[in-house]
Parts: sequence; C-alpha cells; structure tokens
Amino acid sequence: MSKVIPLSGNYAVAYAVKAADVDVVAAYPITPQTAVVEKVAEFVANGELDAEFLHVESEHSALSAVLGASAAGARVFTATSAQGLLLMYEIMHIASTARLPIVMGIATRAISAPINIWCDHSDFMAASDTGWIMLMALNAQEAHDLIIAAYRIAEDPRVHIPVAVGYDGFIVSHTVEPVDVVEREKAIKYAPKRVTWYTLNPEKPMTMGSLASPDWYFEFRVQLQNAIESSREVISEAFTDFKHYFGREYREIDSFYTDDADVVLVSMGSATGTVLAFVEEARRAGMKVGLLNVRLFRPFPEVEIAKHLENAKVVAVLDRAMNAGSSFVGPLYSDIVVTMFKRGLDIPVINHITGLGGRAVLKSYVESIVKHAYSLVGKKMRDIERHYSFIGVRE
Amino acid sequence: MLVEVRWHGRGGQGAVTAAELVAYASIIKGYYALAFPEFGAERRGAPVTAYNRIADRVIYDRSPVLNPDAVVILDSSMVGREVLHGLKKGGFVVANTTKKPSELSDLLGQDYRYATINATKIALDVFRLPIVNTAMTAALAAASRVVDLEHLVEAVKSRFSARLASLNELVLRKAFELTEVK
Amino acid sequence: MSTLPGWRKIPRGAVILEPGSSVRYKTASWRVLKPIIDQDKCIRCRICWTYCPEPAILELDQQYTSKSGRVYRVTYTVDYDYCKGCGICAEECPVRAISMVEEVR
Repeated sequence: MSKVIPLSGNYAVAYAVKAADVDVVAAYPITPQTAVVEKVAEFVANGELDAEFLHVESEHSALSAVLGASAAGARVFTATSAQGLLLMYEIMHIASTARLPIVMGIATRAISAPINIWCDHSDFMAASDTGWIMLMALNAQEAHDLIIAAYRIAEDPRVHIPVAVGYDGFIVSHTVEPVDVVEREKAIKYAPKRVTWYTLNPEKPMTMGSLASPDWYFEFRVQLQNAIESSREVISEAFTDFKHYFGREYREIDSFYTDDADVVLVSMGSATGTVLAFVEEARRAGMKVGLLNVRLFRPFPEVEIAKHLENAKVVAVLDRAMNAGSSFVGPLYSDIVVTMFKRGLDIPVINHITGLGGRAVLKSYVESIVKHAYSLVGKKMRDIERHYSFIGVRE
Repeated sequence: MLVEVRWHGRGGQGAVTAAELVAYASIIKGYYALAFPEFGAERRGAPVTAYNRIADRVIYDRSPVLNPDAVVILDSSMVGREVLHGLKKGGFVVANTTKKPSELSDLLGQDYRYATINATKIALDVFRLPIVNTAMTAALAAASRVVDLEHLVEAVKSRFSARLASLNELVLRKAFELTEVK
Repeated sequence: MSTLPGWRKIPRGAVILEPGSSVRYKTASWRVLKPIIDQDKCIRCRICWTYCPEPAILELDQQYTSKSGRVYRVTYTVDYDYCKGCGICAEECPVRAISMVEEVR
C-alpha cells in the first residue's frame, strides 16, 4: 500500500533515498538543498535507513566520498545546489568516465555573483557537459519518482553512468504538496541492488583511476559517449516499468497540444506548469498553441522532440539560464536549434531568458512570448534579427 | 475550483506550518493542495508570508499567488491595508486581533468579509506560548469553506506527536467556536 | 593505426583488471646513464635503497667480503629492468660508491 502525504520537494527526495535503501550518503549543506540531507540524516539517525552518513567539509569531498563508496560497490546519494555543484564539477567528470552509478539531487539555484539563493537553472546547465544522465522534475512527486528511477537507470549493466535529478530550488524544494510515497520493498523490486560495475575488492585487486596515455584516453571518452547514447533505451524501459510498478507515467518529454500547434513553446522545470496553465487558457480562446516539457536533458531526446516540432510555424524556447557570449545564449535553446537544423526545419526558433535568480515566471510573460511568436509566423530563421530576449527584466 | 490563501505572520508564529496544515487537511479531503513560503531566508520576528493553492484537480501553475481568495493575519500588529494587496473583492480577511469584525470593516473597507479571533489568548491558555498558527487555521475554517475543521483535526493528529496533537485539537476546537464572522 | 584494442574491447571506466600488471612495463629503455655500485666502497648504509623512487635497488641476502676483509651480510645491486637512470642513488651515496656510466646498447 502506498500512501499520499504532504511533502516538500526536498523531503520527497529524502523519502526516495530511503525507499531506494541507499548505503552511503555524503553531502554538504547549501540552500535550497539543505533539508534533503537533514531529512536523510534523520532517517539514518533514527534507524529508518541503514546507511553511512558522511559529514564532509565541502561538496568536492562529498562527491569524492560517494565516488569512493560507489567504487566499493555501495548504492550512494548526494545532493547540492549552485556553488556547491560547481565545486563538484571536477569530480562529476571523473564519476562519468569512471562509469560509477552515483545518483545526485540538484535543488536548482542561481550562481553567484551577486549572491542569490533562489531558483534558476544556471547550476544544472553548467553540469550538462559532464557526461551525466540528467533529468528535471516538475514537482515533488516527480523528484521522488525520478530519484528511484535514477538508481535503476544508473546501475543497469548496459549503462553504469551517474544520474542527476534536478528540481527547482524553493519552487519545488520548499513547496509542500501531496506525494505518493513509494515503499522500499517495491522500490527495490523495481530498482534491484545488483552490483554489476567494477568494484574495489581486496580479494580480487584491480586498478581504478590510473593514468591513460594518448594511446588510451580517447577510447574511454568514446566509451562514455556510446554508453550515454545507448542509455536512451534503458531510460525508456525504466519509465515504462515505472508505470507498471507505480502507475505514474513519465516520458523523456511531455507534449501538450503540439499536433496542430502553430506556436510550440519549449520549457523545463517548474515553469512548465505555469506555461501549461497559459496554454490551456489560450486553447480555450482558440489559439493554436502547444507545449513541450523537457524532462530528460542528457542524453538530449532530439528524436522525440523533433516529432513535435515538424508542423510548427514558430518555436519559442524558455531558458532559466544563460551562457553569456555564446551564439545561443540559452542552453536549452542551443539543443533545440541543433535538433531542428539537423532535420532541415527552417522556421523561427526564438529564445526567451526568464526567471533568473528566483524571479517569478508569470502567465503574462508567457502571453507576451506567444504574441511575439505569432508575429513571426511565415518567416524563416534567417529573417530573424534578434534570436533572444529577456522577459521580466527592467531596462 | 481553485482557492488561494495568503498567510502573514512573523518568524516563529508558524505561518508556514499553518499553510502546511491547511494543505494537509485539503489533501485528506481528497483535494490537491500546495503550501509554500515566500522563498527566502528564515529569521525569527521578521515578517513571513506563506501561501496555499487548493484545487479539486492537479495544480500545474507554480507562479506566485497574486490575487488570493483569503488573507490570514497571524500578528495583530500587521493588521492593515498593506497585507490586503491583491485580495479579491468579497475575499476573506481572517485576523488575530481583539477587535470585532465590524471594527475591521470600518477600518479596512466594505470590499471584504471579515473574521476575527483572539488567537494569542487561546495559544497562551493552552500552549503557554504565543504560537497562533493552529488557532488561525480553525478561524479560516470558521470563516470560509476553504478548509474543514474535522480535516484539520485529522491533519494535526498525523503531523504531531500524541500529546501535541491533543493540545492542538483543543486549540482548533476552541478557536473554531470563538471565531467571530461578519 | 595502433594495433592496441579499440574502445569496445577495453574495460569500462579505464579500470585495469590485472593486479600488478605494471611489472610487465620495463622502464630500462629510459636510461641514458647506468648506475654501477662499487661493492668494495659500499658501506651497506641502505641510503640508495631508501631513496630509489622505482624501487630498482635490490637488497640481496648475499654475503660479501670486501678487499679489505670486511664481511657484509647483504649486497646491494641494481635492478636493470626497471632502473630509469635518474642518478638519485649516486647523488645520495655518502661514500660515492655509485657511479653513473654511459650505457652502450
């Protein structure tokens, strides 16, 4: 019997860690992630979770510690936000190419300077080139479910790649909502603890973390690329099976009204909910607007996404992060543009940077984005003078 | 159906917990409910705002509550026009005060419906501490149909230890009875 | 192209499955100068053995009687399969019993 209880996003993640029967947790507190590891520490302290909780002196050490524990065959968890994730960045690359199935929660937050503890996707996006599988949850239930799915994906013998689950800082991490909590027995059946990756064992010694000369390094990077590509199949299976076990359906992307949409909006994270609320109103008013939510960010589900953009006349991408000075500005935008270019879809694709540093994303912003998109119907990409704009900022 | 509530209090009075209790009670009732604080650093004594969004279906919208259906004020010193911004016409103002609803109506205008309760007295009588959050959830239940008393009782029983739950139940029932509604 | 195995054939995550496989990697070819220990000058202080980074100084359980008639219980020799010719042993030897000589191959 599962039970629905009110939980914040952070607590929902902690309950997932408990359900997955994690063996080793190491973390360093940072707002808005703190509550997740506080709750896990409480579970360990009162005996609800039989795990080692390592108190470390930094995020660099937190990820290093769980990396070591994973290399020893443990099921591990860590979580962080913002600058903490940047401090883990070096170890993230090591974890992926060393092929250790670590699972991490990211309560997404803006990056300093200036100091800002509120939500955007700067941290999550900065980690998008580390070779991790990356998922973004829409709400507390998803954060809970995706953590459990993450263990199944990461530890699959066909994968052995770490998985990060993002959930919006405060907007999800601190909002209390009904969460159907997965039971341990069922979670373990769905994501069994079978150690199929190479592990350190004094009885059967092997070398990890050795030097790879120019004769060898390149091959290991190619291994990672091919492994993350073939993880697509495992992720899809994990989602299908999740529905069988728990009744909730997840896909790499969600699509709403894209079949006949003239304007398709693309969004990620909690803002999707607000965009959807607008899209439903717009549909009732007869506007042919559609929406794509990107749940799987790495590996990027371009085949699935392209299917929904083939008939669009204009695509508008909302980004909650920016890559200053790049040719694309918004990181999600860059993946969408490449996806479309590869398929010869030459329609305007516009980027809207919004909601940085905890600024709210309002329905009225979405309305202005859609209005602007309609003004570009019939044009081609090269007709567009300015490919990006900032929504909700003072001039 | 979609109902939005805004809570005003000071750090330590339990505005965030009040919103969570109302969400809990609504979930028990079978609704979908969100409770969220005004995001930021928590400091005792500083003004605190929290929100509820309650609906009979899954709530997707995560944008801030701009036009609440009810405003609950946990601290008598905060009762005033400033905390009513965005409140819908005909919306509820539920205040912890020694004033009568008619006095608030004279003070703040005829656009809203008023309910008052001396929650501080009830909290001091029962807890010997001025933690007024549970009392104010009951006042909200008495004033409006946003939340039901029996679901609140069930929520405090699930949330608190047996001893605290029975004290909170006492507060809920007392406050529900003593709330004056205009 | 190299005849080394491709990415499909090598262990995941750059793990080396055979313990101690570096024994097969003989580094003698790196050497330009070769250390020679003068067994009669050597006072068996063990400093070369301690300092050798490889370690390519071997301490053998082999008795030696010097020209002056002194009897030593052990003998130090160089493992020429792994000595890279760095010269630290010669530099550290307190009695200059080790000389670095050009290696003719």
